[in-house]
Amino acid sequence: MADVTRPLSLAAHRDADEIDRRNLDWYIDKAVQVLVFIGGISAIVFVIGIFVFVTAEGLGFLVDAFDFGEFFGSPRWKPTSEYRTTYGILALIAGTASVTGLAMLVAIPFSLGAAIYIAEFATGKTRETLKVLVELLAAVPSVVWGFIGLVIMNPLIIETFDVPVGLSVLNAGIILGLMAAPIMTSIAEDSLKAVPDRYREAAEAMGATRCQLVFKVVLPAAKNGLLGAVLLGVGRGFGETMAVLMASGHSINLPDSIFDSVRALTATIAAELGETAVGSDHYQALFTIGIFLFVITFVINLTADLIVRGIRKG
Amino acid sequence: MFAATHLNVQNMRRQSLVQILFMLMTAILILPVLIILATLIYKGGPAISFEFLFSDPRDGMTAGGIFPALVGTVWLVAVALLVSVPLGVAAAIYLSEFAPQNWFTRIINLAIINLAGVPSIVHALFGVGAFVLFFGFGTSILAAALTLAIMTLPVVIVATRESLQAVPLAFREACWNMGATRWQTIHRVVLPNAVSGILTGVILEVSRTTGETAPIMFTGAAFFLPFLPESVFDQTMALSLHLFVVSTQVPGVPDEMPYGVALVLIGMVLAMNSVSIAFRMYLRGKKKW
Repeated sequence: MADVTRPLSLAAHRDADEIDRRNLDWYIDKAVQVLVFIGGISAIVFVIGIFVFVTAEGLGFLVDAFDFGEFFGSPRWKPTSEYRTTYGILALIAGTASVTGLAMLVAIPFSLGAAIYIAEFATGKTRETLKVLVELLAAVPSVVWGFIGLVIMNPLIIETFDVPVGLSVLNAGIILGLMAAPIMTSIAEDSLKAVPDRYREAAEAMGATRCQLVFKVVLPAAKNGLLGAVLLGVGRGFGETMAVLMASGHSINLPDSIFDSVRALTATIAAELGETAVGSDHYQALFTIGIFLFVITFVINLTADLIVRGIRKG
Repeated sequence: MFAATHLNVQNMRRQSLVQILFMLMTAILILPVLIILATLIYKGGPAISFEFLFSDPRDGMTAGGIFPALVGTVWLVAVALLVSVPLGVAAAIYLSEFAPQNWFTRIINLAIINLAGVPSIVHALFGVGAFVLFFGFGTSILAAALTLAIMTLPVVIVATRESLQAVPLAFREACWNMGATRWQTIHRVVLPNAVSGILTGVILEVSRTTGETAPIMFTGAAFFLPFLPESVFDQTMALSLHLFVVSTQVPGVPDEMPYGVALVLIGMVLAMNSVSIAFRMYLRGKKKW
């Protein structure tokens, strides 16, 4: 009997050890939980941080020199004028809007078409290859796009349309369109893929052709996702900096035609921030533009997300 | 009996027409870019040599190589990764393994989407306001890399979360049933099965960080520096900014030089993305569940 109890008590000892260790593990588990939670909320902290810090730097201008009517209503952006400095961003908004608008005219039809082709028509190897190509295109850095606008599109536009300057709304719009299209394509393709296959099967069982299937079943079912893709593309075009800076010509203008040079909101910050003294009106005005950009893209992204999620709930 | 009716024929004709139309749209989207890439290779190829990659710029940047810019980009990417990978993986572990399905998690997800959507120049302004001025890092590698890290954080979070969620729930349940804690389960079962997926995300982030220009313009990257950085508090040159500088800011640069810089930059970025994609395909083929 004694022989049996001895190993039993040893086992009991080992159990006690195990219990102690498990306590330590329990504490580690709690510690990890706190650590990853900090990681989890970091995204919220950073978004709030961006708003707070950008606002803090622009606050002096907002409080002292900000004139709503002039800021949004005047096309004169003359921060370094000796006679009278004016901070009107109307021309810059027009620049951003015209370039983004043209980019969307280029990008929306082609990226939706490409998404439909990849998701519904292409099969096997072709499909995989196209998906990889689109993903690689989306990775081309914006400064490279700007360079392409500068050295390839610029002479091409001058030659084709016989205009004196090739750095214009047209150039920046095409560049931005080519840039935004791959991203819109892959988001749109995702939302087409999210349409359940049983919808397609049901339509095919009714004798629908592929083309009827796409236009009457898949597109209506995926329309929120597609709208979300378009909105994200708009947000991307709106916030693009380097490509627009290099390809738009960068002159302050309310554009009359697509051959006019314009200047975008983002490009203005990129070009001028380096030359301003920290804390000056000009410096703070640039941060105020930053706040404006942040708020607009925030609203666009939020809307896109609400639209896309809306469909998943329904 | 089964002969195609007039309507059938019409439908089939319409279908092939639509298919060709969509195929053309795809081609129009992709072809110009391939042509542009070919032009870059054609014009930039001759500029690239051992000397171009490994020597300093000379004569007001109109001659010489891009070595300091390459080294600077490596510094920026490395420091940015040191910050964003641990933070992003932690965030993804929280979202995938701990987060309840409630309004707070929803807000975190919204924040991630917004962080990815904030214009890069606004990230730059944030970097100036927060890291350069408020925390007093000055214009330095540290400030620029932190700005880049925050900007690319969503890439790591999204990729990691996806690969964590691809690990079947049954793996976790088996582990929990053995009496393992959540962390033991994550550390021993979930992470080892997801690590390669995380790696593809990290490669994507490296590629993204390499190409970004606007966020580093005012936070730590310089137009021209005659020496290599020695610590994270130094300024540095960077490849992406160097492309901007030689193609717009410096007069008298020989034609092929900016092409060469662009080719090196795009080559690095596309190579990393290709590796990431190939790696992902290999993993998908190997996966047993």
